[in-house]
Amino acid sequence: MSNPLTREQYLELYYFMQLNRQLEERMVRLFRQNKIVGGLYSSLGQEAVSVGSCYPLEKKDWIAPMIRNIGALLVKGVPPRDIFTQHMAKYTSPTQGKDGTSHFGDLKVRHIVSPISMLGDLIPVMTGVAMAGRYLGQNIVALTWIGDGGSSTGAFHEGLNLAAQQRAPFVLIVENNQWAYSTPVSRQVPVKNLADRAVAYGIRSWIVDGNDVIAVYNAAKEAVDECRAGRGPALIEVKTMRMRGHAQHDPAEYVPKQMFDYWKARDPIVLYEKYLTENKIWDSKAKAEIDARIERELDVEQKFAEESPMPPPELAEEGVYCDGCHEIEATWQRPKAELTPPACSIDPGWQVKDYGSYAEVEAVTRQIAAPVVSGGGNGSKVAKPVVKSGGKPPQKQRPRLAEPETPDIPRVPFGRGPKDKSVRETQNPRDRHQNPRDKRGRR
Amino acid sequence: MAPITMIEGIRQAMFEEMDRDPAVVAIGEDIGVYGGAFKATEGLLAKFGRERVIETPISETAIVGAACGMGFLGLRPVAEMQFIDFIACCFNQVTNFVAKSHYLWGAPVPMVIRGPSGGGVHGGPFHSANPEMYFVHTPGLKIIYPSTPSDAKGLLKSAIRDNNPVLFFEHKFLYRRIKEEVPEGDHLVPIGKAIVRREGRDLTIISYAAMAHTSMEAAEQLAKEGIEAEVIDLRTLLPLDRETILTSVKKTNKLLIVHEDTRTGGIAGEIAAIVCEGAFEDLDGPIARVTGLDTPVPYAPTLEERFLPNTEKIVAAARELAKY
Repeated sequence: MSNPLTREQYLELYYFMQLNRQLEERMVRLFRQNKIVGGLYSSLGQEAVSVGSCYPLEKKDWIAPMIRNIGALLVKGVPPRDIFTQHMAKYTSPTQGKDGTSHFGDLKVRHIVSPISMLGDLIPVMTGVAMAGRYLGQNIVALTWIGDGGSSTGAFHEGLNLAAQQRAPFVLIVENNQWAYSTPVSRQVPVKNLADRAVAYGIRSWIVDGNDVIAVYNAAKEAVDECRAGRGPALIEVKTMRMRGHAQHDPAEYVPKQMFDYWKARDPIVLYEKYLTENKIWDSKAKAEIDARIERELDVEQKFAEESPMPPPELAEEGVYCDGCHEIEATWQRPKAELTPPACSIDPGWQVKDYGSYAEVEAVTRQIAAPVVSGGGNGSKVAKPVVKSGGKPPQKQRPRLAEPETPDIPRVPFGRGPKDKSVRETQNPRDRHQNPRDKRGRR
Repeated sequence: MAPITMIEGIRQAMFEEMDRDPAVVAIGEDIGVYGGAFKATEGLLAKFGRERVIETPISETAIVGAACGMGFLGLRPVAEMQFIDFIACCFNQVTNFVAKSHYLWGAPVPMVIRGPSGGGVHGGPFHSANPEMYFVHTPGLKIIYPSTPSDAKGLLKSAIRDNNPVLFFEHKFLYRRIKEEVPEGDHLVPIGKAIVRREGRDLTIISYAAMAHTSMEAAEQLAKEGIEAEVIDLRTLLPLDRETILTSVKKTNKLLIVHEDTRTGGIAGEIAAIVCEGAFEDLDGPIARVTGLDTPVPYAPTLEERFLPNTEKIVAAARELAKY
């Protein structure tokens, strides 16, 4: 294993994943009791992604989680009460009730940037965080997540391109959980692996089993180390599965039952428990102790949240502007003189490597790296990067048309609702001709 | 000090602030070697280097997003939109991320977005717009739209030091057409304060940016007819200086609002409401407005002239109002 962990660290990974799950299970109960004011978005089945990818980060590093990355918040030291109170719109919550879900951050202590509901925006923002950290000499890494759905936004591409152009110490975890609300990945993008997109930005990428916490950790650790060494940015696609609907209101009937069954057998916590047992890292007593600790902690935290008051109405009018309520002071870890004239002054001319002609094309294609595929077994070694070399000049490569869709998984044909009996009973949904609507052709 | 143009005032503000504080960085398209499309950042790269003058791909969302992220670490980035029309490309980043950040989770975003705006230079529908009102309607932002070299310099310096996201509109018609002596030393103009450009007793003309100058010309013409107009230059659109507006209207009892921005949803409507709320009893006539048409800014000079307010249109409206 490329990054040996101590026994305490192995157990801590379990603690965070289980804490993540138990916390969310409690929130489901609170939701059913009408104690959660707005929506509730489950990360069931994705705990290994949030925990494993955040775990290699240092205290000084920055994250920007999405709503399903509660595990990452916990790893960063956010107490569960913050998550309970946020969802319950309590005055004691990090946003004092001004926003819900895990839409909150912490600039000063834990270095967390709050997400917004519009996906992709965190990518340029965290690129800026990474650039500023480098500028200030802090040697930090900035990490954020994006779903398969959010990977189609303009901000994703603009942000990733800027990160690549700036060589920012920035890690992007593409959390492929197979579904963007009700739309499967194959209906969103024409590529098999979302990591393939990294090629377009000339950055390194990995593909890992998102339900294998050690595989996620190893890839993230390598990506974080690469970025810290000045070889960023990096992209990791994790293959996982959203085991609930988009939110609590959504029964996810559009997901084929076989697909849920497939992934249920790959539950990340069950897999990791097995791994810990097989490798004799723990015993049933250790597990029981951790589980009991989680219950104890969550009891206290939930009680605190339930007993907390709602915010006073007048709070709605406060805080639009910073009128000196926050002190803005950068933390310099390098001499300011380096960035002050005359030391920072330069000859502002361009350096152009080549003239950009057709003759240069081959050399460029050779530099592009394919994603590293790893995972496939807990603690498996991360493979060496596969570098495509000696590619033929593009003039000989015929442009390949997108390959016809051959989904590996059964899924609901486009345009048909899950309530439709014929759809549910279709044994082979790949056979489009059984579905009269599909005769009209694709979109 | 020798008189300087508005673009020079902006350039000086950038130089002085970057010199004063290494937390100030510039980010945008073509702002380095080329010095910006209008040369507002000319010379910055040579003096402050590539780490502080960050040239980006054509990605407005990424520019604003990255500047926001830098602000979270305590930097004070100044992002340039090559033309302010292109701020539409990063509308979400500005209105949902940057503007709401402090209110929602107490994270101030000390950044400036600046760029050339406005018509009168035959830039056509995508290089002439005045998109300020999209953002005046966004709590959390501050909106500045200066009309003189001195204000441009002093307000940009204040904007860079402000803890909030500031949108700084620079009317490109004014970039090189007017010159003015700028006070020496650390010249700061406070955000949120309008200025009375001309005292008068008969009516108040409220305007900003290029139209502040057109309104002044109209006032001079009206003076020849015996109508003394008071001209107010708003300078900051958000927060709006209600006090200066109401004080003037209470004195002159008549109000004409002039802006280049389109009519419906322009700031004239908001000012009219403020005056109705705060000085209705003092009004001796209907609140009048002279504005751009409710159309995109057209390209041909004959069409653009029709679109824009001018001295004649302002004088005519003022004459009508003075009759009450």
